[in-house]
This record gives sequence, C-alpha cells and structure tokens, in this order.
Amino acid sequence: MPEVSDDRVETAGPARDHGHPDDRDLIEAVVEYAAGHTPDDTGAPPAELTGATVSYLPVAAERDRPAGAPVDDARMSDVDEWGRSEHVRELTRRLYDPMYRYWFRVEWEGLEKIPTEGGALLIANHAGAIPADAPAIMHGVETELGRPVYGLADYFFRTLPGIGTLWSRSGGVPAHPDNAYRILHDQQQLALVFPEGTKATSKTYSDRYRLRRFGRGGFVEIAMRAGVPVVPIAVVGAEEAMPILFRIGGVAKALKLPYFPVTANSLLLGPLGYMTYFPAKFKLRVLDPITFDVEPGQERYSRSRVMDEAERIRSVMQDTLHDMLRERRSVWFG
Amino acid sequence: MGRRVLITGLDTFWGGRMAQALEVKPDVEMILGLGTKEPRVPLERTEFVRSDQKYSILSRIVRATQVDTIVHTFLETNSLAVPGRALHEINVIGTLNLLAAAGASGASVRKVVVKSSTHVYGANEKDPTWFREEDTRTGPVRTKLERSLLEVESLVRDFADDNPHLAVTVLRFANVLGTDIVTPISHNLRRRLLPCIAGFDPLVQFVEEDDVVRALEFVTANRVPGVFNVAGAGKLPWSEVASIAGAHLLPLPPVRPRLFVAPLDRLGGVRFPPETEGLMRYGRGVDTTRLVDEGFVYRYTSAGAVHSFARANNLRRATGSGAPEYRYEQDVEQFFRHSPAVVRGIDT
Repeated sequence: MPEVSDDRVETAGPARDHGHPDDRDLIEAVVEYAAGHTPDDTGAPPAELTGATVSYLPVAAERDRPAGAPVDDARMSDVDEWGRSEHVRELTRRLYDPMYRYWFRVEWEGLEKIPTEGGALLIANHAGAIPADAPAIMHGVETELGRPVYGLADYFFRTLPGIGTLWSRSGGVPAHPDNAYRILHDQQQLALVFPEGTKATSKTYSDRYRLRRFGRGGFVEIAMRAGVPVVPIAVVGAEEAMPILFRIGGVAKALKLPYFPVTANSLLLGPLGYMTYFPAKFKLRVLDPITFDVEPGQERYSRSRVMDEAERIRSVMQDTLHDMLRERRSVWFG
Repeated sequence: MGRRVLITGLDTFWGGRMAQALEVKPDVEMILGLGTKEPRVPLERTEFVRSDQKYSILSRIVRATQVDTIVHTFLETNSLAVPGRALHEINVIGTLNLLAAAGASGASVRKVVVKSSTHVYGANEKDPTWFREEDTRTGPVRTKLERSLLEVESLVRDFADDNPHLAVTVLRFANVLGTDIVTPISHNLRRRLLPCIAGFDPLVQFVEEDDVVRALEFVTANRVPGVFNVAGAGKLPWSEVASIAGAHLLPLPPVRPRLFVAPLDRLGGVRFPPETEGLMRYGRGVDTTRLVDEGFVYRYTSAGAVHSFARANNLRRATGSGAPEYRYEQDVEQFFRHSPAVVRGIDT
C-alpha cells in the first residue's frame, strides 16, 4: 500500500496553484504516486486531487484505485491519535530529568526484563497523594530502554482543564480496556497501569506498602486478550514522597475530586506542598514477566482464572516489596 | 429493471447531493425526492414531491412508485437549525412514518439507508479513544439532539429486527467539513473565530462532505446491512483545526461555557450548539475499520477534510460570495422531464 508522506504532498500544494514548470515533474510524480494513475497530457492534476470540484467516480472504479491515497492531510502539529506530542514529551523529559536523577535518585533493578520489542503490560504499585511513581517509571523506561510507555491513567485526569491536556500531550492515555488492547496488541507498545487504582493513592501513610485489591483483575484479562506478558514492577519510595496523613471527604465531594488528601508536605509547606515531593530514594525492581497460557483474542476469559492470576501477581509483588523494605536502611538514602 | 430510489430531505444539503450523485448512475432507473421545500440544487431527472416533514403521505408514495431503496438523509444533526420541538418531529416522528411505510405489507422496499451521526456516542471523560459500532455511550444523554438520534437508531434497530429480509444500513458520520457544507463549526471557522473551552484541546475527527456522499452511495449500491462509523482517518487537536483554517481560538471558561454563548452569538456570530460542548472538552474518535473492510475507500483524512474546507474558504474570501443560487422552477422542471416535445437521450 503506497503511502504519501506529508512533506511530499505539501511540496505539491503550492506548486499546483502556480503551475511552476520546474515543479511539473515533481507534481506528476507525486500525483501519480498518490492517485495511482498517470495524469493526462495537460499535466493538470486529476480533479479529485484539487478537491475543489466533485468528480464522480463509480464505486467499482473506486475499488480498483489503490487504497491509502487520501491527500492533503499535511498536519500543523505533531499530536498523534492518542494526543501525544513529541515536542511536549521532549520538553517534559528535559524538565523532569533532574528530578528523576537528583531528587528521587531513581535506581532500577532488572530493567533488562522489560521486553525491548513487542507489547507488554507493565504494572506497578501506586502511592502518594499525587503519585510520583508513574512519571518515574515512564521516564526511566523511555530514557534507559528508548521505548515509549503509554501511561494509562484514571479518566478523572481528563476532566481537569490544562492538566488533562498536558497529561495527554506528554504521553498519558485514559485507562479504557479498548485503549489498552490497541496499544498492546495492535501497536505492540508498552502500557503502564496501576491495578490498585485510586484506592492505592488515597490510602494514608499508616497503610504504606500494603497493596490494595487489584481491581477486578481487568489488567490480566487485557494481557490475555492481547497475548502479551505482564511485567510487574515493585516501587519503593513513592509512599514517602507525598504521604497522606488524613483525607477530608467533604472537601473532595465539594470539589468533585476522587479524594482530598492532607499530606505531610502540605502541613509543612502549605498549598505549595501539593507541588513538592519529599526527596525519598526511589528503588524500582522489575519482576519476571508473566505469560498466560491461554488463547489470545477471546471475548471473555474465565473469571476465576483471571482473579487467581491477579491475586498471584499481587502476592508476588507484596513479597517483593517486603524484601526490598527489609534491605532498605534509610527512606532518604536507600 | 434498474433500481428505484427514494431520497428524503431532497431540499437539504445531503438529499440534494445524494440525488445528484445517483443521477449519473445508469443502473438507477428512477429517483424520487421528498422535501418540505423546493430542491436547492439543479437536478436532471429526480422527481420532486413536496411533503410535510412527518411524511404522512409516504406509504401511498411508496406503493405507487414501487421504490426498492430508501435513503433517509433527512435527519437533523444540528440542534441550532430547528427549534427543539421540530427536531423531535423531523428526526423521530419522520423516521417512524418512514419505517412504517417501508415495512408495510406488500411494500417493494428492499433496502433502507439511514444517515445518522456519531453524536449518538456523546463525548465523555470515560470514552475510549476510538468507539466501535457496538460500543455504547459512557455518559448520560444530556442534549435533545442526542436523545432524538438515539431514539431514531433504536427505531431503526427494531425495524431491522422485524424485517430481516431488508438490508438496513445505518451510517454514523463524524462532524463534516468540506467545500460547501455549513455547520456550526464551519460557520465559526468562516468567521475566523473558533470557540474552545480553556484548558481543553480535544482530539476530533472530521469527514469530508464528498466522502459522506460517497459513503451513502457505497451502501446504496452494495448490500451492507448493519451500523457503520464514517470518519476520516486520524484525529487532530481542536487548536490545529483553527490554525489550518486560519481562525483564532476564543477560549471560554471551563465552567458553564455555554452561558457566554448568547452575547457571543450577537457580537460575533459564534455558534455553539449544546451537543458540541462535550466534544470540545473530550473530543471523540470512532473506529472506521468496519466500513473499510467492506471495501469503502476514503478520499480524505480528518486533517484533509479541514484542508479541503480551508481551501474552499480561501477561494470564497478571494472572490466574494459563493456560487450563484439555484432556483427551482416547477414548470420548467416538469417540461424538461415529461413534455413529449423534449427529445430524450441526447446530450444537451
């Protein structure tokens, strides 16, 4: 299937209007390439390429025309179909990198277990009022492995003006089973989900490193359907970066937020505390990828099987977290 | 025997365009157009019948003309175009009567094509990035337009279940942009002022008007029962739509943005129908692989549709007003179609 790159079509655009003789060959080449047939003797582009006139072609002839030749779709921004922009991503990477390197001093263990090609579903434990683990994992994998990570986040993000757009441009995707399937199966990319969801980020400091329920095991079902491995990541440090002391239900309800946390940071720094993390040392350990011995692409999978697998992964992660905490001597220095 | 096609809404943009497209097809023997007003485009051989928007005379017409295909383009998808009451009458009651006539015992109808809209999916924060045809909307129905279109689709679904021998096709079109069509969005873009909701830059899809007609033709010519999404490939941010079309963004506050619409409409002619509010926050994407798998080939992507509009708009700006208005003259049309004095079959 021939594909016309944007810049080639753009070259043909202005030249078509002025009919500059030097560009004639190029126009013809592009036109021929795009439309799949030779222009007539006058050298004028076929009517359907000018777009101004309605040239009627019978459907049968349409079918014979080589597909994939829609023209004039030159873009003016680099935002892709998921809402990601490489410019914004580059900028946020540059801004976030010092934080990653010098504030959290992120340290990986077993990074080589993340597949370098093909789809894989990364899952991790989630913590902190405004979780710092998602950007750390995404940035880490993207810079160290050079693979983009699609962070699947609660749709609540989308409802926030400004933040929702920024999140989307820098690589976040609303968590929806369909979206996950497309990223993992159709596009063979890495997706990151937090199976505990907001139950984990809203928990208070007294519950730190106690994994919540893994939802209804939806992540296992998606990985089964997409036929990709699940790669668990245990994160130590995020709990202490922005610990929640207590929650105020009334304020959350009034502001339509999932929860309203009062964090240690906010007690120390006031409103600024919601933008400042404590410099806890981040340690991330990648566990062995888990593959499921089931037929991919099915509509439904055995509920008990899904729940069993989810529970098994959860207990492995919980054990790993305990191991890592046993070895940790200091919250701040690891 | 060639096909005998009935088109509803001949006086509307889509009805007229569809009739023009079918007229050049030799295998279409007869085209009959219903409309509340005269057609607005020149037509060669389409017969025009004036009817009220509820089509009360429809079953008689269907019986008398023995049509085998009904193309229902007369569904209003812009709530600003007609008052709320009329919206219900046109969309729901009109479809109800149309389907009653098509399904009457002894009716000759074999195929029904309905032009619906992706508004039926709504636009909510819980939406998937791409809706497939079998997906249901994730949020409550908030606007009259969406409610009426959903009602229409449920009527059509029941009709298809009750009449399994008929091929019933529903096409859900994304927002249309193109050379001629006037929608609230193209209206704003022509005035170079596109409202947006501050802090939101959603991804949207468009379908070019030629692709709309071609898709309608495609399902009219082929037997493809079912529901299909129709939209150009890819998505683009709302802000990019404005920049391609050379318009400025007009940010509205994220809370109750439509509160500001009345004064804006008066001041700058900015249109903001209620059904686009969700779209301007969360955008919408539909998966179009089902129709592509049936063999339909798009000529424009989403961005291409915006470019097509922008080029036509540049021309309009440069040359002043658009094409000369066409006026339907009953006597003249009747003469050319039916007078024995006219020698048919020669190219005039």
